[in-house]
Amino acid sequence: MTSVAEILKGDRLAISRLLTEIENGTSEGKRTLNELFPHTGKAHIVGITGAPGTGKSTLVNRLAYEYRHPSRDRPPLSVAVVAVDPTSPFSGGAVLGDRIRMRDVAGDPGVFIRSMASRGSLGGLAQTTAGLVQVFDAAGFEVILVETVGAGQAEVDIVDLAHTTLVLEAPGMGDDVQTIKAGILEIADILVVNKFDRPGAKNTLRFLKNMLRQFDPEERYELHHGQRSPFPDLPITESEKNKPGWDPPILTTIATSGEGVSELVERITNHRNFLLSSKRWSLKEERRIKREMDTMLQRELLIKWRDSTSSTLYQRTLKKLVKREISPQRAVQFLLEGDQ
Amino acid sequence: MEKSQKKIKVLIAKPGLDGHNRGAKVVARALRDAGMEVIYTGLRQTPEMIAEAALQEDVDVIGLSILSGAHMALAPKILEEINNTGLEGVKIFLGGIIPEEDKPKLKELGVHGIYGPGTSTKTIASDIRKASS
Ligand SMILES: Nc1nc2c(ncn2[C@@H]2O[C@H](COP(=O)(O)OP(=O)(O)O)[C@@H](O)[C@H]2O)c(=O)[nH]1
Ligand SMILES: [Mg+2]
Repeated sequence: MTSVAEILKGDRLAISRLLTEIENGTSEGKRTLNELFPHTGKAHIVGITGAPGTGKSTLVNRLAYEYRHPSRDRPPLSVAVVAVDPTSPFSGGAVLGDRIRMRDVAGDPGVFIRSMASRGSLGGLAQTTAGLVQVFDAAGFEVILVETVGAGQAEVDIVDLAHTTLVLEAPGMGDDVQTIKAGILEIADILVVNKFDRPGAKNTLRFLKNMLRQFDPEERYELHHGQRSPFPDLPITESEKNKPGWDPPILTTIATSGEGVSELVERITNHRNFLLSSKRWSLKEERRIKREMDTMLQRELLIKWRDSTSSTLYQRTLKKLVKREISPQRAVQFLLEGDQ
Repeated sequence: MEKSQKKIKVLIAKPGLDGHNRGAKVVARALRDAGMEVIYTGLRQTPEMIAEAALQEDVDVIGLSILSGAHMALAPKILEEINNTGLEGVKIFLGGIIPEEDKPKLKELGVHGIYGPGTSTKTIASDIRKASS
């Protein structure tokens, strides 16, 4: 039995065990999450996405350190890290290597680092990442850094989870029109050119600046985001729509030395303040929680449907489909409405 | 779609000062290919760092690679630190060049399995699976 009280007071062993329960989808984990949920909503959730090798883990290490030991006049904040790495589709196993880069905050009781495998989920996060974040939130961690897999096209899942999304680019990663994907500008609240010590970094920066100049902030992902869910969002009021928006800044960092990281934390904090002052924080929260519910609803509906549908009907329909006697469209109709 | 379920979680750590981690990496990959989730922490881990990582990652198994010959100094310290975390039932495996005469002492301390160089990764994977079932 996981005690909610133990989590709320930040007991590390209890937290760690609960994270495992949630990752494994146990009823114990779900029950505890239900009880913890009213205690969430306080943390600043920051997503870090970008292609593998751009320096996400190294930067997370520096960000965590800067939050713990502010080089400017900021109070130190407690930090949880959730680092997601891909599950091998062949074996179902994974090598989670992000901790290698996160050594500077080792031994700090104000930091908790948890690695997780994506376990077959696409979109840059695991199905249970949001649950893990909720545990850290309830346990009182003030900042939660979420490192995505980084292998997907545009890893939009992180936008649903994070208040502030950083998109990392680095020189020498083939920084041209093909690899700096359309889509990243829509999801970035802050763009970061990391590895600014490497040759070609200035070109990457110039290129991104040009792209950003051509970019219409109205196309920002959060504005027409409801399309991802079949269920309509709560409407945005006219006054919300007309509020001045956020212009994503481009920052440069050298994560290996820590250069630019203090400035980056400053901007991340600014973004949080912007969200709070413009009421977008609550708007974002509203939509974030709604999307989580929608995703869960779709998942559970599928399970419910599967449990109530005979597997013979499924197999029979599949056979007809494979023989091309019926179209996929018809097949779905059979499965949902019966084979009349 | 893959259903989420209990996965065996293994922490692979290299305590001590020697700089070779090829063996540890090979084992990490082999365990991944055996369907396990392997947290790889890299070189020069202190006993405190290993215990902290084990606690935060809630692992079932810890694989230690010690080539420096310092196993008799390191293993007891690491086991003690892990006990201090309150984690229960974590199985410790040790890889490296361990002299025969040291093995009984290590087992007595609570080391679950000891593997010399050249041990088949299949053997290691199947031993881990048995130990954590
Ligand atoms: N030169 C240089 N190398 C960096 C920098 N940041 C990260 N790296 C290196 O890039 C490699 C990949 O970093 P990692 O953080 O694992 O990237 P991730 O896959 O995005 O998490 C490592 O070898 C880092 O040491 C940087 O600012 N400059
Ligand atoms: Mg990484």
